Amino acid sequence: MTDRDTTPAIEFRGVVKRFGDNTVLDGLDFTVAKGDRVTLIGPSGSGKTTILRLLMTLEESNGGLILIDGEPYTHEMRGGKRVAVPEKRRRQVRRRVGMVFQQFNLFPNMSVLENIIEAPVHVLGLSTAQAVVRAEELLEQVGLADKRDARCTQLSGGQQQRVAIARALAMDPEILLLDEVTSALDPEIVADVLGVLREVAETTDITMLIVTHEMQFARDVSNRVLMFDHGRIIEEAEPEVIFTAPREERTQQFLSAVLGEDTADRS
Amino acid sequence: MNDIWSWQRAADVLPLLLEGFRITVLATVVGMAIASVLGLLVALVRRAPSRWVTLPVGFLVEFIRSTPLVVQLVFVYLLVPGLSSLTIGFLVLGVHYATYMSEVYRAGIDAVPRGQWEAATALNLPRARTWRAVVLPQAIRKTLPGLGNYAISMFKETPFLFAIGVVEMFTAAQQYGSSNYAYTEAITMVGILFLAASYPTSVLVRRLETRLA
Repeated sequence: MTDRDTTPAIEFRGVVKRFGDNTVLDGLDFTVAKGDRVTLIGPSGSGKTTILRLLMTLEESNGGLILIDGEPYTHEMRGGKRVAVPEKRRRQVRRRVGMVFQQFNLFPNMSVLENIIEAPVHVLGLSTAQAVVRAEELLEQVGLADKRDARCTQLSGGQQQRVAIARALAMDPEILLLDEVTSALDPEIVADVLGVLREVAETTDITMLIVTHEMQFARDVSNRVLMFDHGRIIEEAEPEVIFTAPREERTQQFLSAVLGEDTADRS
Repeated sequence: MNDIWSWQRAADVLPLLLEGFRITVLATVVGMAIASVLGLLVALVRRAPSRWVTLPVGFLVEFIRSTPLVVQLVFVYLLVPGLSSLTIGFLVLGVHYATYMSEVYRAGIDAVPRGQWEAATALNLPRARTWRAVVLPQAIRKTLPGLGNYAISMFKETPFLFAIGVVEMFTAAQQYGSSNYAYTEAITMVGILFLAASYPTSVLVRRLETRLA
């Protein structure tokens, strides 16, 4: 028996990611404990979204290892060499990871309900009846029970994003990746979506990795904030600390820029 | 005595033309059915990761696209003895248009946003399910106008079946003309029948285009 509870949910070991000549992550190390809510902040291009995309296998890393629950996920060391983990085993690990996208990415050829039950039925092997029951609960939870049979294209952006959250939760993920989930939304509906996510944070023990510019949300939901710059973590602290008394000058600059911009937007 | 236009001859030839019209429509329907299915297969195979697969298929597609339909019809007709000329007509029309349709499918598949693939990965959908439930339904919707346009185009190319002796509408007109020494009525009516079928269809396709856009 291994002591599962002290095994980090996520571990990056010297992860390298390059896009052409541009090195986005250069040997990144960090861990996320089970049940942690970690917000990644930093200027655009600092590698935050890349981290989420690597965790969802939407990008391939160029070096290092990513472990989920201590298991090699995308690559492993075999005979001293770094080799890709076969897709079949990746799938088993990926099953524990869910993601909500900036652009929602609902399937427009399906109804709301069909979007939500698609993966539970075809990946988890639930019966349609079971999946529908669960989907209806989730739709209730995100406040869209009446939109069950609507086409996704008939919904507003905020509604689509709430469906996307329900769709991700329907897979019972252990890890949920939130990639700028409110950046494509009008300011007045951002609160609805964040409200849904707050409730998820309060009522579940899902490990969350959050990339957002909503600093108040980051403050409310996360228990750790990582400040990124040029693919490295330059500061790491609890939200109260980092938002009120950041240690690094770069963090101060970034926060005042974001918060200043934020107030300018709302005025 | 040999007027330019005789209503009597027009009435005489009409049943023959309608019988030919039936074959013309049948060839178009069967040909497009083959082209639709085969075209999709070709589009999928051309996305295979191995060059050993994509290169030969790519070459074959280019070859078929770069040679005239009528040459292909006669070539296959002479080369494959066991089949009726109508069957050969269906097959050659279908294969020829499959090469065009494969490009329509390719464009349709490429037009499915990357976010759709990413959402499918995030939900851990198996590859085959992603194609069947997410990508193809969206891609095929985008191919419907192209399918319609090629159906019209194929419909208008069916007179080439004349070359292998299939009695479609044009062949029927030719036969009537040569045995009665009077082509005017028959050929005119062939034109009118083509127009009567093509024009409404193309209006329909255009309407479909704007609806799906």
